[in-house]
Amino acid sequence: MTTLDPNVPDGPLHKKWDNRREELKLVAPNNKKKHNIIVVGTGLAGASAAATLGELGYNVKSFCIQDSPRRAHSIAAQGGINATKNYPNDGDSIWRLFYDTIKGGDFRSRESNTYRLAQVAGNIIDQAVAQGVPFAREYGGELANRSFGGAQVSRTFYARGQTGQQLLLGAYQALQRQVERGKVQMYPRREMLDLVVVDGKARGIITRNLVTGEMERHAGDAVVLCSGGYGRVYFLSTNAFNSNATAAWRCHKRGAMFANPCYVQIHPTCIPQSGDYQSKLTLMSESLRNDGRVWVPKNKEDCSKPPEQIPEEDRDYYLERRYPAFGNLVPRDVASRNAKYVCDEGRSVGRGGARAVYLDFRDAIEEQGREAIKDKYGNLFHMYEKITDEDPYEVPMRIYPAVHYTMGGLWVDYNLMSNLDGLFVAGEANFSDHGANRLGASALMQGLADGYFIVPHTVGDYLARHRPDPMRPDHNKFDQCEEETRQHIQKMMDVGKNGSRTVIEIYRELGKLMYDKVGVSRTKEGLEEAREEIRELRDQFWNDVKIPGEADNYNKMLEVAGRLADFLELAEVMAMDASEREESCGCHFREEYQSDDGEAARNDDEFTNVFAWDYKDEGEWEKHVEDLEFENVELSTRSYK
Amino acid sequence: MADETMDLTLRVWRQNGPDDKGRFEEYAAEGISPHSSFLEMLDQVNERLIHQGKEPIAFDSDCREGICGTCGFVVNGQAHGPEPATTVCQLHMRNFSDGDTITIEPWRAKAFPVIKDLVVDREAFDRIISAGGYVSVGTGPKPDANAVKVPKPISDKAFDSAACIGCGACVAACPNAAASLFTGAKITHLALLPQGRPERGQRVKNMVHQMEEEGFGNCSNIGECEAVCPKEISVSNIAKMKREYLRALFTDS
Repeated sequence: MTTLDPNVPDGPLHKKWDNRREELKLVAPNNKKKHNIIVVGTGLAGASAAATLGELGYNVKSFCIQDSPRRAHSIAAQGGINATKNYPNDGDSIWRLFYDTIKGGDFRSRESNTYRLAQVAGNIIDQAVAQGVPFAREYGGELANRSFGGAQVSRTFYARGQTGQQLLLGAYQALQRQVERGKVQMYPRREMLDLVVVDGKARGIITRNLVTGEMERHAGDAVVLCSGGYGRVYFLSTNAFNSNATAAWRCHKRGAMFANPCYVQIHPTCIPQSGDYQSKLTLMSESLRNDGRVWVPKNKEDCSKPPEQIPEEDRDYYLERRYPAFGNLVPRDVASRNAKYVCDEGRSVGRGGARAVYLDFRDAIEEQGREAIKDKYGNLFHMYEKITDEDPYEVPMRIYPAVHYTMGGLWVDYNLMSNLDGLFVAGEANFSDHGANRLGASALMQGLADGYFIVPHTVGDYLARHRPDPMRPDHNKFDQCEEETRQHIQKMMDVGKNGSRTVIEIYRELGKLMYDKVGVSRTKEGLEEAREEIRELRDQFWNDVKIPGEADNYNKMLEVAGRLADFLELAEVMAMDASEREESCGCHFREEYQSDDGEAARNDDEFTNVFAWDYKDEGEWEKHVEDLEFENVELSTRSYK
Repeated sequence: MADETMDLTLRVWRQNGPDDKGRFEEYAAEGISPHSSFLEMLDQVNERLIHQGKEPIAFDSDCREGICGTCGFVVNGQAHGPEPATTVCQLHMRNFSDGDTITIEPWRAKAFPVIKDLVVDREAFDRIISAGGYVSVGTGPKPDANAVKVPKPISDKAFDSAACIGCGACVAACPNAAASLFTGAKITHLALLPQGRPERGQRVKNMVHQMEEEGFGNCSNIGECEAVCPKEISVSNIAKMKREYLRALFTDS
């Protein structure tokens, strides 16, 4: 076990980023065009990084698995983006956003990174407005703000319920402008399947053309990975069908460490599963908890009755009962955990055996009137009815927690560079800013902070310091990586010809096992069982998976099979990380480590740190540790009672 | 789960690539829950095809919540199917009846070549955006976001246009395979906002030119595009595009 150096600049917290920027070496304008940079992924982080690097004069190659960069999964973010503009004059500041973020993450993120995130957040709003992003406005013509996720200040900017879409289109349009200028070459429908490392430095990638099946080599002087999170390891999640961890995982297998894989956010207000054909879960904005009351019947026998037949005294408003101070507005992890507990007790109210709790607007409608509720939540109620065919004005909504975001990811230093020289990681794909839990409206902020304002500068510094020699894709390392990738696919196709279980069948099984044992609430025993079962499932995949079609054309199931093969490895390190983190913090709840009244108990003496896993062989990792130093904030215990 | 299920017959367009002629093939979709989405119904049919050793039906999808614009095909002659303001991923099987025959075919347009079955190539849309669908600002210090006020009604209208998801249903529904609603929506979004004003003339000329280069047809005011648009983008965006174009011909900016 070695201790990792996060490369944090000197100086007081508020001067660190300025100090680093002054130290960064610059690449001369006429030299920029000599450098080729590879950017993988076109979500908020990838599109903004590629556009900005192109603008600066580098030659950028940008890759995405979608048919257009505009469709990356950032597009689906609903709620908003935080920034410390303090327009409402309600006392917000950089310090407060920083403090809320680090406390929300249960003191498991790096102080310096989180502070910088809060510092650059305001620039993102200026940038987006200059691009023509149509944020919500007040009648006076100024930008509107709202409070989000229980924050005490209104610092969230939004564009109806489609903030992610509008911010991504802004970044996408900036990217297409660079495509027109010839500074960015766009490669849609490409999946990164390997990282080419030469002399310890990231020098290129191998991609598969998802239309023709061809293997392609791309050489460069730096690789910026912006490939998103790994929530789809649970199969059912709010992530898109094609979201995956393959690009990050292949980097990991080439030496990039994976940090805190056990930190997974499970969002409490999602539409429950309706059947075993389900392919994804839909998020309902958590703003609903401002007016909805969460309950289940007190008695199991009442669970199958229509809710209106259950009298008031037989209803258990369990969040209000257990957390009188915060009630229905407890943080996401607390709400999710308690929903699981009441369902474990057999008090679930889902349709046809599915797990669910009620989110009831009866009282809010009575007090405020139907119109007031419609004004606030009309579009959400409409979406709910479209999916479930139930009218939430008349019957309570049914909700259940679903996997939403992964805080863990590839380890990066302050410059967002992984432990591999020349491999930068931005957005959800890295681990650095959210600790053990992410606050609402902070994912968009981080993706754009990394892509517009951080990576373009730190990549330049890397190039100026290392002056990499030109790299050509006929280097023998490219031969080797391409051949290994080809063999990996061939091996899957060979098994797939004669196997008996479809990719989706095995995938669903992995998802269920992860949700049950590496989900909302974890135990040592469960985690050990999970590891065993993951290995068995991995064996089953490599001996009995059934894959249709051929490798040399459009083959969706082959794509999914490759991603599943990687998830079957990632799942194991998630279970191991969760097992070794013998404390409860943020979204990571270990039943053995709780206070007398059943709340998460952190162990700051032993675990104020990051676990970064170094891949050795299949199922074998070496653990490294980064100690988290808190020089500016005092570690406190969250309490919502 | 406890609900009753339905049995359907699917007539699906199968085509092995842009050069294949393509044909309809029939499949049984049995035991389908009315609560499943249209794509989940296809997922189930595909699982059975895979077990039978046959090639599954290729279709594109991603977010499956109606915002990424990846999915889309024609269901019984209507782009995205019978439910208004709904992408096919949000269309639920309760809109159909037990025993129905459902015909499924890809977007058909010269500018959207078929890749396989229901999957088409929509890169032409990206090239239209590249031609000018942006505000030319680089990354870096910008005036404070509140420095320029935008009246709320204008901002709301700009949002209505910016809500386009680029799915291509408008092109598929248009008898001329025109991309005017898509292009008009972006032109309108940016022309309404003060930040987009300086380039409005050049933008409309370049984007319209690119739209024609790509082989999309001309708008003849039929309005099918608006009728099928999952985000209810109004045809007034096309009128605005035409006005912007005329304006650009007679002014310098």
